[in-house]
Amino acid sequence: MKRIVAKEEYCMNCRLCEVHCLVSHSRSKDLIKAFRQERGEIVPRITVERLGAVSFAVQCRHCDEPACVEACMTGALSRDPVTGEVTHDPQRCVGCWMCVMVCPTGAIRRDKSGHVAAKCDLCLETGTPACVANCPNEALVIEEDND
Amino acid sequence: MSKRLVQAEFNVERDPERCIQCQVCVRQCSNQVHAYDEEAEQVTCDEASCVGCQRCATLCPTGAITIKKAPPDFAPDNNWTSDVIQNIYRQAETGGVLLSAMGNDTAKTSWWDNILLNASQVTNPSIDPLREPMELTTFLGAKPNAVELSFDDQGGPSLATKLAPQLVLSTPIMFSAMSYGAISYNAFESLARAAGQYGTFANSGEGGLHKDFWPHGPNMIVQVASGRFGVDIDYLKVAAAVEIKIGQGAKPGIGGHLPGEKVDERISQTRMIPVGSDAISPAPHHDIYSIEDLRQLIYSLKEATRYQKPISVKIAAVHNVAAIASGIVRAGADIVAIDGYKGGTGAAPTMIRNNVGIPIEFALAAVDDRLRQEGIRNQASVVACGGFRSSADVVKAIALGADAVYIGTAALVALGCHLCQKCYTGKCNWGIATQDPYLTRRLNPDIGARRLVNLLRGWSHEIKEMMGGMGINAIESLRGNREHLRGVGLSDRELSILGIKAAGE
Amino acid sequence: MTSTKYLIIGNSAAGVGCVEGIRQTDPQGEITLLAKETEHAYSRPLITYLLGGKVDEAGMAYRPADFYAQQRVKTLLGVEAAKVDPAAKTVTCADGQVIGYEKLLIANGGKPITPPNLPGSDAPGVFTFTTWQDARDIEAYIAANAVKEAVVIGGGLIGLKSVEALTARGLKVTVLELAPRILAVTLDQDASDLLAGALAKAGVTLMTNTTAQRIDLAGGKVSGVTLPDGSQVAAGLVVLAIGVLPDLSLVAGSAIATERGILADERLATNVADVYAAGDVAQALELISGERRSIPIWPNAYRQGFIAGVNMAGGEKIYEGGLAMNSVEICGLATISAGVTSPPEGQGYEVLTKLDPKTKNYRKLVLKDHHLVGYVLVGDVDRAGIITGLIKGRVEVKGLEEKLLAPDFGLISLPSVHRERVTAGLGVWS
Ligand SMILES: Cc1cc2nc3c(=O)[nH]c(=O)nc-3n(C[C@H](O)[C@H](O)[C@H](O)COP(=O)(O)OP(=O)(O)OC[C@H]3O[C@@H](n4cnc5c(N)ncnc54)[C@H](O)[C@@H]3O)c2cc1C
Ligand code: SF4
Ligand code: SF4
Ligand code: SF4
Ligand code: SF4
Ligand code: SF4
Repeated sequence: MKRIVAKEEYCMNCRLCEVHCLVSHSRSKDLIKAFRQERGEIVPRITVERLGAVSFAVQCRHCDEPACVEACMTGALSRDPVTGEVTHDPQRCVGCWMCVMVCPTGAIRRDKSGHVAAKCDLCLETGTPACVANCPNEALVIEEDND
Repeated sequence: MSKRLVQAEFNVERDPERCIQCQVCVRQCSNQVHAYDEEAEQVTCDEASCVGCQRCATLCPTGAITIKKAPPDFAPDNNWTSDVIQNIYRQAETGGVLLSAMGNDTAKTSWWDNILLNASQVTNPSIDPLREPMELTTFLGAKPNAVELSFDDQGGPSLATKLAPQLVLSTPIMFSAMSYGAISYNAFESLARAAGQYGTFANSGEGGLHKDFWPHGPNMIVQVASGRFGVDIDYLKVAAAVEIKIGQGAKPGIGGHLPGEKVDERISQTRMIPVGSDAISPAPHHDIYSIEDLRQLIYSLKEATRYQKPISVKIAAVHNVAAIASGIVRAGADIVAIDGYKGGTGAAPTMIRNNVGIPIEFALAAVDDRLRQEGIRNQASVVACGGFRSSADVVKAIALGADAVYIGTAALVALGCHLCQKCYTGKCNWGIATQDPYLTRRLNPDIGARRLVNLLRGWSHEIKEMMGGMGINAIESLRGNREHLRGVGLSDRELSILGIKAAGE
Repeated sequence: MTSTKYLIIGNSAAGVGCVEGIRQTDPQGEITLLAKETEHAYSRPLITYLLGGKVDEAGMAYRPADFYAQQRVKTLLGVEAAKVDPAAKTVTCADGQVIGYEKLLIANGGKPITPPNLPGSDAPGVFTFTTWQDARDIEAYIAANAVKEAVVIGGGLIGLKSVEALTARGLKVTVLELAPRILAVTLDQDASDLLAGALAKAGVTLMTNTTAQRIDLAGGKVSGVTLPDGSQVAAGLVVLAIGVLPDLSLVAGSAIATERGILADERLATNVADVYAAGDVAQALELISGERRSIPIWPNAYRQGFIAGVNMAGGEKIYEGGLAMNSVEICGLATISAGVTSPPEGQGYEVLTKLDPKTKNYRKLVLKDHHLVGYVLVGDVDRAGIITGLIKGRVEVKGLEEKLLAPDFGLISLPSVHRERVTAGLGVWS
């Protein structure tokens, strides 16, 4: 399946991935409007971690055996057996944070305004992962792993 | 503490209508110009330390930042310009030597701009490089005075003359010496990879060759400089050619100094010096005080490399460059590299960078002439360097007599360098001239190598176009072909040294 | 008698997990699933949300309506199993039908505990609250009797979730908790206090160290509760939420070994050939103690069901062990806890806590031999899963303790082997 892979040796902690992820999940899809009018309502689904000089971006790894799907009690989280993509349906999510409790990468955030979980959806709506497209240093790349 | 008189060199303007407080600028400026005020929930800035590298402006996702040169508005004066005054303030405050990096930036003519190229009209046809073969392959190394053939029983010919070792370049452009230490590991890797991918050569500089880069050896020229950093038999063996570095265009006559802070584990391995110790290159090679001494070193290196690798000697373009070059060729060098006064550096005293040495255009013309006059032009290839900015500069240099050129600054610019000229601070925001691990990761060698290869491809293409226009289909036919050059705005004396006619002649 | 290759008793987390586990390994084999409840597979924990009006009936579905058709599962809903006969390899139902099986999963869950000696506990207006039907019944009762006040007996997870639902419906609620604090099993003192504060702010009356002595009736219906000290609390509705027990009625008297629950091994098989058990009814490996315990939580039920399914279909999958954990958000205050949260004194546990007085964010970590064995987060619960992963993966965290306590802790400080594993999407199990 397709996976976004973070190359920590080239991540430079700019956090533009977070910025563009947020925009990609905004209503307006406009940088300035998304931040001015929607920040707080929406959260980036990618988190850049830093320790000294090292940094890397974490978002959902679309696990082979996703702990979040096992824990999700509403069925909002599911794994597509064909593509391997783990998707989240906010319509069915009640914000019980069971997924937050078990995701080993901490990739699921609480979208507090909607009171639903928020995680990387590979930018379903726009089709291209915004973080990958906007990482200035190609520290995020899409890799196809075939198993 | 007394009040500092030096004023900010740049204005950092942030458009409040655009800024989204994302703090990308805060995280990207290594000079701590931007900061985030938690209380005010706003990005603030302190312009005093801005070096104008444009990193923040480039990465700001909303384009909110504009960096503008801020010449402090002292009373207008053609002699006592703001740069001059600020420099004096600086020295009055520190008592130190003014430092600079990259090439001479004073507003002197680049003579390349006064030289124009020819093109075919009516009497001889031009060539379309997209339809017809166009040869840029360049061989560097000594060429025989004559070739002898021998014939076997059936009368089949073969070459009897033993040829000297050659470097084969797919285009007459190489990357000039930039040591790992002066530039980052990733910058070095980008250059080495691009050289390999495009079929040309990168130069290790005087800092040695880290084992990681040994696989790039077939596309590396390694230097032996006054500090002898990283030199051992394996170093000589992995390389394609060896270059003795006598001088550098940016700072002829003086040595180099890599401060101990930059000597980390990897650099220490590469230079073969202890971690944290200063790497000092003496001004002269202490074993070279004459052409005879140089000959000894050249032949030692030839011996060590079993006469299988060309030996190059690199000098700065200085007043007697022609005579010196002649001596170098007679001493047995296969390649003479001449670095003009606009050559770049990672650190040089400003006064030396801006005032010592001569332009590459004159040096090259003089050297080529002299070697021809002495009938030894074939004994060595001539590589010109120092401030080549475009393919047109390259074509002009080759027509003036160079076999190939080295590009340094242009290559770094391709990697993202914005010429802030502050390499010596070690805080290069573009991850090029720094060893700070927070900064070096900004240069992904995948991207770096790709950009360099693109640059080489673009320039090579343009070179072919220009050659085609002149009706020439092989770079060999352009070499030293000064008939294709004309000067504008040059004095008779300049024209005669350059050996070219004036436009209209 | 009908018969089937795979027979699953129970239509909840474990049952669904089992179907998915079987289908991963055996796409074709005939599966029959029966359940006492009549509804399509629904999310049991959502029943309080339903009562509170936070989800509608459509939102209760745990899997899409065509799930069983897609998975080629024959369902018998509203059919109650009465007896498992492992020798004959049959299950007899309450309606008399007998179903033969090749492989059986018992996943009939738990049953709510009703206090044996509580006078009035069978009166109209007294409910347990573990099924969708309970939610409907409670809702209907409130409407029919214009109930304004309620008493919830039990300050555990289900009790507090009931409180939330009833409060959301505008009822004034009193909670009676026998222990000195609420959620005493899963949370520690500080976290309980923070939650109690949030409940109080929402207008809930919390009475600890007490329980109901008697349920008072008026006109044959609930009118209140009398406490051991003789005081009375008026209420038109009483919810009994003092816990659930594995429902062992199906296997009583059979050869299938039980303790508190049905004993299941690391393949989720019982001691009897071809019979598996999973979910709230099962008693399987617990990760930290290494003992078999019943941990009635959704994620364990699903995983056990899934693994049982794989093994039933001839695959080979080992259950790594369950971890007691819970995420509870009451009155806007989120808490997540897992493993050992209130360790006994002097058995070599190390406890680290951090309470931010301003934000009321609270973090507590429990370690033993430089390994995490439990934690509690209150308020800022984001990225709790990283800590859960460290417990499950048995990752040594020596030297990282302070970092784990910091609000911005992340993967970056973790041992690279673990980090690389989880970021490669391989989960935490080795
Ligand atoms: C109100 C409430 C809130 C909860 N909140 C949470 C929470 O936030 N997080 C969490 O992890 N867990 C929570 N739980 C616990 C969770 O719901 C259980 O762990 C989970 O439902 C167990 O699943 P199971 O498949 O083992 O059995 P159950 O869900 O108990 O399902 C048992 C199934 O078996 C069927 N069945 C029972 N007896 C028979 C029989 N004799 N014959 C045929 N079929 C039978 C039933 O119809 C049902 O389909 C909550 C539970 C309740 C009641
Ligand atoms: S955009 Fe790329 S380089 Fe910047 S923080 Fe994100 S992953 Fe790192
Ligand atoms: S959210 Fe977490 S557990 Fe779920 S698939 Fe993504 S990384 Fe895995
Ligand atoms: S793919 Fe889209 S949703 Fe996922 S992290 Fe990247 S930008 Fe965010
Ligand atoms: S990077 Fe640009 S938008 Fe972001 S804080 Fe800086 S100026 Fe504002
Ligand atoms: S030094 Fe460079 S990054 Fe910093 S403010 Fe100036 S231009 Fe921007």
